[in-house]
Amino acid sequence: MLMLLLAPALLWLVGLIVLPHVELGILSLRERVAPRVYQPSLAQFRTFYEEPLYWHTFVRTALMSILATAITLLMAFPIAWTIAKIARGRRKSMLFIMCLIPFWVSETVRTLGWMILLRESGVLPALLVSMGLTPAPVEMLYHDATIMVGLVYTSMLFMVIPLTSALESLDDTLVEAAYDLGGNGWSILRQIVIPHAAPGIVAGCIVVFMLTLGNYLTPTLLGGKNSLWFTEQIYTQFITRFNWEQGAAFGFLLLGLSTAIVWIGLKLSGQTLGDVMQRS
Amino acid sequence: MNSTPSVALPDLQANRVAKHYGAFRAVDDLSFEVARGSFFSILGPSGCGKTTLLRMVAGFQNQDSGDILIGGKDTRGVPPNQRPVNMVFQHLALFPMMNVGDNIGYGLARRGVPKNEIKRRVGEMLERVSLPRFQDKRIDQLSGGQKQRVAIARSLVLEPTLLLLDEPLGALDLKLREHMKIELKQLQAAFGTTFVYITHDQSEALVLSDHVAVMNHGRFEQVGTPQQLYYQPQTPFVAGFVGANNRVVGRASEVNGGMVYMTSAQGLVMPARAMGNVSRGDAVEAFVRPEVARLARHAAVLNDAGLSHFTARITSLLFDGANSAVLLQEAQSKTEFRIALPQTGEFADLQVGETVAFGFDPQRAVCFAAGDSAYAD
Repeated sequence: MLMLLLAPALLWLVGLIVLPHVELGILSLRERVAPRVYQPSLAQFRTFYEEPLYWHTFVRTALMSILATAITLLMAFPIAWTIAKIARGRRKSMLFIMCLIPFWVSETVRTLGWMILLRESGVLPALLVSMGLTPAPVEMLYHDATIMVGLVYTSMLFMVIPLTSALESLDDTLVEAAYDLGGNGWSILRQIVIPHAAPGIVAGCIVVFMLTLGNYLTPTLLGGKNSLWFTEQIYTQFITRFNWEQGAAFGFLLLGLSTAIVWIGLKLSGQTLGDVMQRS
Repeated sequence: MNSTPSVALPDLQANRVAKHYGAFRAVDDLSFEVARGSFFSILGPSGCGKTTLLRMVAGFQNQDSGDILIGGKDTRGVPPNQRPVNMVFQHLALFPMMNVGDNIGYGLARRGVPKNEIKRRVGEMLERVSLPRFQDKRIDQLSGGQKQRVAIARSLVLEPTLLLLDEPLGALDLKLREHMKIELKQLQAAFGTTFVYITHDQSEALVLSDHVAVMNHGRFEQVGTPQQLYYQPQTPFVAGFVGANNRVVGRASEVNGGMVYMTSAQGLVMPARAMGNVSRGDAVEAFVRPEVARLARHAAVLNDAGLSHFTARITSLLFDGANSAVLLQEAQSKTEFRIALPQTGEFADLQVGETVAFGFDPQRAVCFAAGDSAYAD
């Protein structure tokens, strides 16, 4: 009976996650020596190691993702605080819905919206010209900053939700007690609020970091050819170059990277994965 | 830590303090003083404004008008973290993310006291509240009573002029509450800090306090020692709220000096001492405490003691150890009385339905003119 109930979950896990990964794992560990002739080898990983472009893209993707996560956290915290502690009743649900509404539209459309706003012939450059701030329209697309804007925008909701629930569970009298005992805003934030919300903060950061690292659409559309995002390399190997072995190896490298960074993040914040996932 | 002004200065003074929420007067033009080193309680039913008053003293809320002086200094515009006042919260609000030592040292650290000094003072404070070497325990390892002591220690280590306590015993079970009552009183005596304690539990207020203010509808009905409140209530509300009381409503049929004879609608005639102005024909309410009345199997016993007496039928026996009582119905008017049951063994075999006599010294029953009182059951 239990097996029957678990069947959909197991089917999903085995069929869509375990099997493809095993297949990709095998793919990544072989090399084509002649048409339809393959032999086991680490050549794919050697290529990654020896080609600076791949390396560069890999590290850049990791750093940009960490930065995007940090910016999202900083921007989402005041929003979550407002929703959890300041707004009451209707205003509270209004604010929450305002965070949610952009997600009713697909990510592609949202990103295209940014392109309409930021491209050389778009809304924002025209506005800057009409205000006399720039003599001619400026191309605002295809910069790292543009990618960052898009990534943060896409991730915001996934940070706001776990943060809000973590902050809502904070007893207001703890903040009052700390204030009463001589604490000020900054020390209360550091010693009371953040330690309490830590599992929620880490949960939000993990989700946002994973989404960002694995994002393909936003960096490609907003960053153009120069975006140098690692998922693009994987796409290129699989689709353009038809080099599945190399693509599979890249995929595993990305998996290893995200696992390593999440693990480091958990160690640095002193949280356990189980605790974090329970709170999120 | 705090400057010591002249001895005569009260630690807390409120001058015509008021706080309104729309048309609702949470605190209505209150003035009072709390003497240095005393244990002052504010006793009132929930919603009487006592929490609002306490939060204004702590600085979490601002009064609409009036002044609050702490240690002789006006507190207007001074935020809670700069007032020489600390608060013990209803649910204690200990920081679960810190151990006991860090909880107690929090306030000192915020004042920039050096680490060694903090360690020493936290250790001393834990000794004084009988929790030696508890520094490294987590908050969730403590029992209810230990948490209580940590919460008080966390405030007292800052040597505040005033310690505010917001019903801190409310969350404890009965046995522990009785124990903590005694402990609180001993702590206050040992530290000599001025305590302002709010509660809706009259027993806590009576046991702990030097002075009690009975609060209702944003005003103090009466301020006095526990004995004054108990034996000389100035308003019907105080008579009804502090301690158990039998309340009878009627009209003053005869007024003779300080003595009123009250006749209830059911025809019960009861003598009582007049409190305030009572004239013949006034609507009045009279109170007599369960332990003031004497119970007797034969009216002759009461006659010999010089007490006027009533005949009554027992309707219920309420056994509660030393607090045992009987409910009885006066024979003619069917008025219900609650009378304390002496534990001498004389009444051990009392039965429901039995007819007995009871009487009381009219000097120890009180009578108020009704009407202007805001007595809420």
